[in-house]
Amino acid sequence: MDPALVALLLSTIRLAVPLGLAAMGELVSERSGVLNIGIEGMMLAGAFAAFAAGAPTGSATVGALAGALAGTALASLFAFFVIARRADPIVCGAALNIFALGATGTAYRVLLPAALGQATAPQAADLVPGLNAFLVLLLLLAAAVWLFLARTRPGLSLRAAGERAEAAHAQGVPVLALRWGATLFGGACAGLAGASLVLWGSDTFVEGMTSGRGFIALALVLFGGYRPAWVLAGALLFGFASALQFGLQAAGLALAPNLLLMFPYLLTLVVLAFASSRNVAPADLAQPFQPRS
Amino acid sequence: MRGLGDLLAPLAAVAAATVLGGIFLALLGLDPAGALVALGRGAFGDRVALENTLVKMGPLVLVGLAVALAFRCGVWNIGGEGQLYAGALAATALAVGLGSVAPAPLALTLALAGGMLAGGMWGGLAGLLKVRRGVSEVLSTLMLNFVAILAVAWAVHGPLQEAAATYPQSDPFPARLPFLPGLRVHSGLLLAALLPVLLWGLLFRTAAGLRLRAVGLAPDAARYAGISPERETLRVLVLSGALAGLAGAVEVAGVTGRLFEKISPGYGFTAIAVALLARLHPLAVLPAAAFFAALASGGGAMQRVAGVPSVTVQVIEALVIFFSVSFSIARRE
Repeated sequence: MDPALVALLLSTIRLAVPLGLAAMGELVSERSGVLNIGIEGMMLAGAFAAFAAGAPTGSATVGALAGALAGTALASLFAFFVIARRADPIVCGAALNIFALGATGTAYRVLLPAALGQATAPQAADLVPGLNAFLVLLLLLAAAVWLFLARTRPGLSLRAAGERAEAAHAQGVPVLALRWGATLFGGACAGLAGASLVLWGSDTFVEGMTSGRGFIALALVLFGGYRPAWVLAGALLFGFASALQFGLQAAGLALAPNLLLMFPYLLTLVVLAFASSRNVAPADLAQPFQPRS
Repeated sequence: MRGLGDLLAPLAAVAAATVLGGIFLALLGLDPAGALVALGRGAFGDRVALENTLVKMGPLVLVGLAVALAFRCGVWNIGGEGQLYAGALAATALAVGLGSVAPAPLALTLALAGGMLAGGMWGGLAGLLKVRRGVSEVLSTLMLNFVAILAVAWAVHGPLQEAAATYPQSDPFPARLPFLPGLRVHSGLLLAALLPVLLWGLLFRTAAGLRLRAVGLAPDAARYAGISPERETLRVLVLSGALAGLAGAVEVAGVTGRLFEKISPGYGFTAIAVALLARLHPLAVLPAAAFFAALASGGGAMQRVAGVPSVTVQVIEALVIFFSVSFSIARRE
């Protein structure tokens, strides 16, 4: 095959994986009824933690775990305000993104000169030649999410919590517990997604390095109609769009780089405009639930 | 409706956020008390600091009003930052383009109007996507933020770059907004003093305002009353975008005098905190914006004097939002 084409496909996959990981977590969270626009911030926290833990230990596994943990920690903050305090999810998600920008920026500037210096993060290895660990993780995750939601009893309960919280509660489904669990899972996935940015590709942390990938992942969940396989396909499409943009830039296309950089965001808008998503969103998405016992 | 609790809840939110922010700094091995003192001095310590705080209030009031208006009407406009950039871009193009043919006051007036129009169109685009195609305004306004910020970057590297072509910035404005008498703050701040009152009047003293609020309170009931939630949503996004666009135009015409990348240090996002701390009330946006403007202008001093990065201010902002929405149970009364 043409080496340029091979490079394009490889970079498509590498750019698709963070989107897919974050979107898969968000899919589960939204299916349970929790809309989390804070995954952008959770990704950023995951990227920072992966760097802060991966660089000194030299272990990509430790970095990935730290990333997942950081995402989960922020998700628990989000869940406390949104699920327990029934605060508005959009507002809290936006606040979480601001929080993550400030907290990672502060920690990075304070810790970097002292502890990390010029350190670089380790890179995740290929499990089989051509199959990076993060890619394998995403494929396993997509399969597990599909299996869980479509074929298991807790998966059914989780979907019920998102569709008809009142009715599910009346049937004995632990709506709040499921929503907490789904939100924490979504945070862990977003954290892993952020970690993958650092541990597969860039070997360092840059402030604000997620640059809207979490928001694109949100759009992918809608675009994929809340189905894991379609979300995965959507992630590949966006990975391809980004890879194409970088490829064109490298090939010296006579279009200003800043205009090329707009491409993923414009593509998201176009895709959203043509993916009529109204009918498939869980009926009780973003609706707070208070059990009347 | 408005009692002591309406005053105490925001104060409690600010206090709780400050304490938690201090704990965060202590965990990182920094000195929270020193940071707070440096921040206070940097925001209010002398005349220059006070003027700096006042100047930073301008965009926070205008975009804070934009957010308060949208949220109150049940429209999640998270795109204030992008609308501000759209306004700054259009204002610069007009002022620099007209500078040689029109007298300066006319060029400036047209620049402010053009900035408003561009911001309104940027918000209206999200409105059209919502009304016509069912696209959530949360996602569309977030995406449009990135597009507008990149459009400004493109413009100052391309068509709007200064004639000298040395730096990625536009040519200077033919004239800036004049200073207020006796102060070194620009007269655009008069808009920040006037618009909260105008918006309050619009929302609470006119039939159009009642319709907007009705859609925010109960869209279905509003529909039965013959109000089209779609039309009101579109109106809100245009009006909200226009306010944010005006903020961008005032910023380039009054403060920087040129367009460049990163013209806003995130005013559009801080404005969300402003609006929520103000409990979405147009008049309360003024004190709330003053608080965040003090944080922003004191943040630089905090970094210089106490070695605490200025981005820490964002942690406080986020905490204020969390506490504002969780201390008030009836948050959209």
